[in-house]
Amino acid sequence: MAKILVQTGDFDVGAEIAVLTAGRTDIGGLGCFVGIVREDKAHDAPDRPIQALTLEHYPAMTARAIGRIVEEAERRWSLLGCTVIHRVGRMLPGENIVLVATAAPHRQAALDSTAFLIDWLKTKAPFWKREELPDGAGAWVEARAEDDAAAARW
Amino acid sequence: MAAVTKPLTVLYFAWLRERVGVSEETLTPPPEVRTVAELAVWLAGLDERHAAAFKDRKTVRCAVNQEFADPSTVLSPGDEVAFFPPVTGG
Repeated sequence: MAKILVQTGDFDVGAEIAVLTAGRTDIGGLGCFVGIVREDKAHDAPDRPIQALTLEHYPAMTARAIGRIVEEAERRWSLLGCTVIHRVGRMLPGENIVLVATAAPHRQAALDSTAFLIDWLKTKAPFWKREELPDGAGAWVEARAEDDAAAARW
Repeated sequence: MAAVTKPLTVLYFAWLRERVGVSEETLTPPPEVRTVAELAVWLAGLDERHAAAFKDRKTVRCAVNQEFADPSTVLSPGDEVAFFPPVTGG
């Protein structure tokens, strides 16, 4: 039922939601989260905005790890559809990184499962972000304790 | 417990890959290396690059055969063992 994609290219949020709802009348709510590359200050060079973000991953493991997270969401909520698309490779500020969308009979399941999925994706799927700085240097993004706490609340 | 006698495939990601200098290597550790933690100690002793990669052991995570694993996970011959920093996707 779930659609899981790991890809370098962008995705179309509207098209993905249309696929989730096409031909159905049992869906009462959709939850949707889109992660976007923010033109942030480099964490170890606060005076310089990042130029790009590169997402590395563990190809043999990534889709399976996301599948486990989606299975856990499906155990916890009655979902009528679920789409997770995570981009890898080099992305510029303003570009989409990740899409989580769920469909459910009622809003609470859709909203909660969306938040659960993105919280767990951040801490339980094998992706690593590298910031690209203006001078061509790079820095690996460090894991944040807040993300662990967000994942643990579920 | 069976000793690790067949080669292991060892993968590195993110800054561990940069420090070791390769993304993958095939290695046969000595028989006394039975767990992920023992493998990390053995790898750290191979040369300066591996030592640098495993210097801060607390920030190194691992997977065995594409599943997240603990330092105490026991290895089997032919396993694929990956070492990487805490994940930062999403």
